[in-house]
Amino acid sequence: MTSRPFKILVVDDEPDVKPLFQQRMRRDIRAGRYELVFAANGVEAMEKLNEDRTIDMVVTDINMPQMDGLTLLQQIPEVDPNVRAIIISAYGDMKNIRTAMNRGAFDFVTKPLDFDDLQVTIDRTLKHLSEWRDALASRDQLTALQNELDIANRMQKSILPTQFPKGSNYEIFANMEPARNVGGDFYDVVRLEGGRIGVAIADVSDKGVPAALVMMSSRTLLKGAAIGYEPPGQVLGAVNELLLENNDTAMFVTVFYAVYDPSNGNFRYANGGHNPPLIIHADGSSSFLPMTGGVALGIAPDLEYLENEVTLEPGGTVLLYTDGVVEAMTAANEQFGDDRLRAIFAGSSPQDPQTTTEAVFQAVHSFAGGIAQSDDITVLALTHRGDAS
Amino acid sequence: MMGLATERQSGTLIARSYERVDGANARQFQDDLEEVIGEADRIVILDLQELRYISSAGLRVILLTAKSLTRQGAKFAVCSLSEPIQEIFSISGFDKVIPVHPSLSEAMDALQG
Repeated sequence: MTSRPFKILVVDDEPDVKPLFQQRMRRDIRAGRYELVFAANGVEAMEKLNEDRTIDMVVTDINMPQMDGLTLLQQIPEVDPNVRAIIISAYGDMKNIRTAMNRGAFDFVTKPLDFDDLQVTIDRTLKHLSEWRDALASRDQLTALQNELDIANRMQKSILPTQFPKGSNYEIFANMEPARNVGGDFYDVVRLEGGRIGVAIADVSDKGVPAALVMMSSRTLLKGAAIGYEPPGQVLGAVNELLLENNDTAMFVTVFYAVYDPSNGNFRYANGGHNPPLIIHADGSSSFLPMTGGVALGIAPDLEYLENEVTLEPGGTVLLYTDGVVEAMTAANEQFGDDRLRAIFAGSSPQDPQTTTEAVFQAVHSFAGGIAQSDDITVLALTHRGDAS
Repeated sequence: MMGLATERQSGTLIARSYERVDGANARQFQDDLEEVIGEADRIVILDLQELRYISSAGLRVILLTAKSLTRQGAKFAVCSLSEPIQEIFSISGFDKVIPVHPSLSEAMDALQG
């Protein structure tokens, strides 16, 4: 680990931002994990960045006098392309979020600031930054392919959330096991307005560092679109267009995205070429979500993503997974398949989402019997508890 | 790894995929396709009759091939998908962006017409 604290430049013109950050992050500052530097606008921020080359990341507001956050984003790489930036935007301000993403923002948080969320975002960014620096360092050495794939896997792992929002009436858990040779799956859980939750699972079509980079940009684009647009179909449509803007490698991403409302169990979704999620009912019986016929993202422009919705009954679980689960193979080339997936839950009522997720991993491993899997295995489970009363 | 079997019939290049295309041999699949498809080819059909499994890395190679042929002004289609392969094309939406025909002769009729 690094011996010196990560140095974070906070850029905001509100005078109370500085004491607020210092107060809310005092533990990490005292523990020597973070060091905070402040600037009141983009011009000041650029001065600080030029003076102090040890700044690791920038957290910036968008609207500021003299130089705004979007202009700052454009200028940061001129000082140091390895500085990562997090944008603080107004909720639902898709226009600015989109511009920020195009200008290389690594992630963003929305106002009013939730410091827990901000901290998770900062930590994830810093973790990614460490992996990225390792990658750059080892690229200078003689890089074996396996080494590159290890780096891709670690970059992938560094952006996946490991803490999940939880409420009295719902619970979420997810995990990803990278295959030795691949790195392309990801999942995300995004807090939306009105207590609703966006959940996504995705699979990028290639392996190695290029796929890991597509994966990271897809994740940021998806989060931005999830916050910017309400309907899941529109979210996928927006990400599709953004991915096409700079994709000449024919890499594509299958994405399933849904908006879940814990207050009534409504689960509204759209699909971009991903495997249909499984609904596990309270009695252990299960059925696949009816599909909506969308094309994987990043392939063709102007596509429409149709939506569908279901109402989760109390005790019901939605299981999102990638093809690494159903396409897991035995030595005899037999596939795990849909039926074995459903059989895991048959006859017993599902417990919590973590147990459900672990049961899937365990079933796949014991089926494959020690054969190394050729694809990442990713599972996300969401259990709707209904009224807690 | 076996290569791609090919033949040319009345100005159409027919390439036959191997049984399985996944992360381990997608690169090989891409190299093999690039090798057999000539610049002069105006109609290319990828016959997937033998194909039993294709991962997303394999689908990407098919997409790359389709894109580069379209750029050259050539026609491209796939044919003879077994049921599991058809399902993969349907779930991923590939059947909406790449022409799929039930048999080689139907693909020939459609592309040569």
